[in-house]
Amino acid sequence: MTNPAQTQAANLSNQSQLPDADWYEAYARDRVAGLLDPDTFVEFIGPEQRVMSPHLAQFDLTGAFDDGVVVGRGRLDGQKVFIAAQQGWFLGGAFGEVHGAKVLGLLRAARDSAGKDGPRAVLLLLDTGGVRLQEANAGELAISEIIGAILEVRNAGVPVLALVGGRAGAFGGGGIITACCSRIIVSKHARVSVTGPEVIETNKGVEEFDSKDRALVWRVCGARTRYLTGGADRYVKGTIKDFREAAIALIPHAPPFELATLKAEQKRLADRLQQFGDCRDATEIWRKAGLSEPERIADIADDAFLAIARPKGADHDAR
Amino acid sequence: MTLDEVLASLFPSGHAVERGRSGMLHGSGKVDGQGDVTIVGIAGGTPLGVDGAILLADRVLAAVEAGGRAPIVVLVDTASQNMARRDELLGLNEYLAHLAKSLALAAACGHRTASILYGPAAAGAFIAAALSSRSLVALPGAQPSVMDLPSISRVTKLPLEDLKKLAKTTPIFAPGVEPLFAIGAVTEIWAASEPLALRLSALLGKPAADGDARDRIGLERKGRLLAQKIAERVAAEAAANAGK
Repeated sequence: MTNPAQTQAANLSNQSQLPDADWYEAYARDRVAGLLDPDTFVEFIGPEQRVMSPHLAQFDLTGAFDDGVVVGRGRLDGQKVFIAAQQGWFLGGAFGEVHGAKVLGLLRAARDSAGKDGPRAVLLLLDTGGVRLQEANAGELAISEIIGAILEVRNAGVPVLALVGGRAGAFGGGGIITACCSRIIVSKHARVSVTGPEVIETNKGVEEFDSKDRALVWRVCGARTRYLTGGADRYVKGTIKDFREAAIALIPHAPPFELATLKAEQKRLADRLQQFGDCRDATEIWRKAGLSEPERIADIADDAFLAIARPKGADHDAR
Repeated sequence: MTLDEVLASLFPSGHAVERGRSGMLHGSGKVDGQGDVTIVGIAGGTPLGVDGAILLADRVLAAVEAGGRAPIVVLVDTASQNMARRDELLGLNEYLAHLAKSLALAAACGHRTASILYGPAAAGAFIAAALSSRSLVALPGAQPSVMDLPSISRVTKLPLEDLKKLAKTTPIFAPGVEPLFAIGAVTEIWAASEPLALRLSALLGKPAADGDARDRIGLERKGRLLAQKIAERVAAEAAANAGK
């Protein structure tokens, strides 16, 4: 049986270099360590407790001592935060019973301590294909419970941030969870979606969605499309430090969870359908939105991309 | 059960339900002891996509804005989320999340919310339309699922026959009302032989559980043994670390 804690310790032993590490390549624990103030992270139910999935053995799968997610508390720019980080390399970061319950417990603790000695924010470092099919029912229900808990935390006045830029992206219920958060930070590699391209191709045929066409997949599901259409709030270059700075900047500007916010979201999403509902590719959206050289947007460097003025309405509090 | 049968047996005292675009339903019905309830829904096995989700959420938000505490009943006969490039390009995750948020807001504002499943609902559509209400009722014909067994077989590379055998020993992965009831996802199962209007009146008359009790229910039903304990352990460790 592998111990993820040990394999990871060997990965990046020099903690001081973590902030400059690439988010996409980093393991969950390294993302957490590099994101938070140095040496402030305390894990809840750490891997030494070996709380593992009991459901994987019957599928001949090896479990992980943390069931693919790290949860705990720490400090960000001096402020107390709760944090959960999914291990995208372990079963695609998918939600199972234990995995989901760890995130749920963290959110409930944030809700119950709000206004007292609770965290200033909750950070969700999503890296997930969605439901873990070997525990499909438990994973699906956990996702619904997590959605409910995120909204309760927000209702209690505590922002919940989604940070997406890992290998597994945020698919399935992970994409829905992302859009329930107060703010969403993505990097170039992030893909945020519900149905994966392979599943669409399997069900609807290659002419509907060619999942092998990587450039197309990025244009349909990727960070740049989300950022330019308002599906993400910040687009960062890929280091852990970039995510840290964006999180610090966004926490004070989280929209409240209330009727006015959802009415604004209703209008925002209805307007998007009105404007772009007949588009088949992101380049058509960008052209309609009046962006110059839309066919180049997917390929330009991050600096050039960040210099683009976002279309009207993409920068919003309607979430 | 057909939609007409469902409406007739749930709302014998009267209902007015319009069928709109994208399989959407909206209207109102009378429930003994509850007065008028808001009815929304998705019918005809229609996959839930961006167009349907935005219409449903609009009706739910209108009910919240109207004030009062009238219950909201969500009738569900869908499929999975609409699996299409267009929906993903437009950000289906935001539309499904918006519907889930609207139902959560309604519950937070004092509306009793109940989804009533009388057909299929799978994957993201199951989350947004069925699991986002405070209660989920399964009627005859309900077919809740995360993913069908042949697809699970493909992904897990386990033969379908083995999966079918395994499904008899655990409710943790197999589709269907029974396993999803056992883990706490389905609140109640109603049979066609029962007077459904009475059951609905009784359900809506009960205050919703204080907070999300599905992990506790799954433990009581012995279908999901770990979730509640793990969530509590995390919360306990967080509380022990409070103030630091």
